[in-house]
Amino acid sequence: MATDFSTRARPSASWKGEGDGVLLEVKGLKKHFPIVEGVLVQKATATVKAVDGVSFSIRKGETLGLVGESGCGKTTTGRCILQLERPTAGEVIFEGVDLSSLGHKELRTWRRKMQVIFQDPYSSLNPRMKIGDIIEEPMYVYGLPPDARGRRERVRELLSVCGLGARMADRYPHEMSGGQRQRVGIARALAMKPDFLVCDEPVSALDVSIQAQIVNLLEDLRQEFGLTYLFIAHDLSVVRHLCHRVAVMYLGRIVEMADCDALYENPRHPYTRALLSAVPVPDPEVEHGRSLEVIAGEVPSPINPPSGCVFHPRCPLAVDGCKTHIPALREITLGHWVACTEV
Amino acid sequence: MVELRSEAIAAAKEEEDTPRRFLREAVRDLVFRKPLGAAGLAIILLMIAMALLAPVIAPYNPVANVYEKIHQPPSVENWLGTDQFGRDILSRIIYGARTALLVGFVSSLVGATLGLVLGVASAYFGGRFDLVFQRVMDVFMAFPLIIMALAVVSIFGTGVQNVILAITIPIIPRCARVVRASALAIREIPYVDAARAMGFGHGRIILRHMVPNVMAPYLIMLTSFMAQAILLEASLSYLGLGVQEPVPAWGLMLQGGAEEYAESAPWIAIFPGLAISLSVFAFNLFGDAVRDALDPRLRSD
Repeated sequence: MATDFSTRARPSASWKGEGDGVLLEVKGLKKHFPIVEGVLVQKATATVKAVDGVSFSIRKGETLGLVGESGCGKTTTGRCILQLERPTAGEVIFEGVDLSSLGHKELRTWRRKMQVIFQDPYSSLNPRMKIGDIIEEPMYVYGLPPDARGRRERVRELLSVCGLGARMADRYPHEMSGGQRQRVGIARALAMKPDFLVCDEPVSALDVSIQAQIVNLLEDLRQEFGLTYLFIAHDLSVVRHLCHRVAVMYLGRIVEMADCDALYENPRHPYTRALLSAVPVPDPEVEHGRSLEVIAGEVPSPINPPSGCVFHPRCPLAVDGCKTHIPALREITLGHWVACTEV
Repeated sequence: MVELRSEAIAAAKEEEDTPRRFLREAVRDLVFRKPLGAAGLAIILLMIAMALLAPVIAPYNPVANVYEKIHQPPSVENWLGTDQFGRDILSRIIYGARTALLVGFVSSLVGATLGLVLGVASAYFGGRFDLVFQRVMDVFMAFPLIIMALAVVSIFGTGVQNVILAITIPIIPRCARVVRASALAIREIPYVDAARAMGFGHGRIILRHMVPNVMAPYLIMLTSFMAQAILLEASLSYLGLGVQEPVPAWGLMLQGGAEEYAESAPWIAIFPGLAISLSVFAFNLFGDAVRDALDPRLRSD
């Protein structure tokens, strides 16, 4: 899909970090879901390794894109960071504190600082609550601001920041369009003035013209409030427009991670190359002359992933060693990490 | 265009918001689309009126024994006849509506509501809590409704409060199970995740975000349990484990009359029996209409 974002300046390629501090660090994150059989005596017969050893870090003010096919574990990674799923192993270090070790009550103070925007704007808002109440609820729960009048004022402010009129506060979600609902979702996420947002495919359920609006809104908000994003997506053109760095996931592992332009212009991992070559070019002549690198076969099941490098059965570069040896991420040029021994 | 449409919607909404108009339209809709449901509702409203106005409309004192008028067949003086103590049956049926409705409403409301909260909580917490809770519910469900109620009454004794308790307890697991099934689906919907990510307490998520979204099965269960609760109260009273003489209650009236006077004075049993059947029938009709309105999957037309 070729979305036209040309009206807006992209985050600059020479981005060096607006403050170099690391906000979030994920170390060796694993999330395995057991497949349970039996009613009274439960036995795990197999495990789905949704996320299997993912590590990355995000600096303050940065947008990290997380891309990959459906089922590669990118959403689960986001949910583990938010502690909506408790990780099987690994650490999620936010401002120096390992969230995965905290209990329900201790997490509350941290939850205010990290929020989430969901993919489906139709199911992410409680259909029985008015828009104003949805946005006000977190402020009410945390008592910030403590008076009802101040909260209503802030609801109006948030609505206008997200491009919605104050009258929308009295509507119910079903009275709004998908784009409007997604704006409400963003306003709700901003209600507690978070530092970090997990955007879980926030535009893939919207049509293309609305996608551009929401992407631009997210970029404006990032600059205005100094937000940090983990932007999960499968649309590579949206990611290229919005992100400073991109991580590519395949079967629960990161296969390549680099600055946005480096990754798009010089992809190194064979999976990334295939993924990028699948993006159509909006010029029929260029598109016609282009060679398409099609990956052979299907994505293997995460219940029983291939041995060694999980990509080896489909990899054009695979050698014998790939079947036994799990390649670690290594830095081939400054800031460009690849999990492949053959490049 | 957009402006125009939103104005039209706003205008339509304002009209709808006028309560009288809304009520009139709702009643008309019900009568034309669900005539049986409307009939059920009419009988229920009649029963409620009967119960509330009992002292005004009942021709006689329902507990006064008049020994010179024992076993009178229906007549101008006593429209539905008198029982073995000379008490007016019509008056006792009218007062009996109080017992039936009190027990029916209170026990189904309390039972279904507790079931609602417990069912949603069970689905929300999931895991081991859900497993253990569901097995406990299974134990309760293993007893037929009447046996369970019998057990409760025999432990706590008879009387209206204990009858209500006896009927409430078996209702809880039945409602909890149905509600849990709906709540399991709700739990996976992103707005519940959003609430969790916001760090809301368990109580808030259960009561504000999940419970309002499982109202449809709850209301359906509620109306159907009202019929069952009335029937159960009559059964318990008939078995001598419910309301005690001389309180007027339909099941009790059957007990007093049915066995001994079935042939010589059948009106003693027929009329309270009719009252029970009619009220249960009315609640079932209304319950069906509610289910059709709330659950589109079961809609027949």
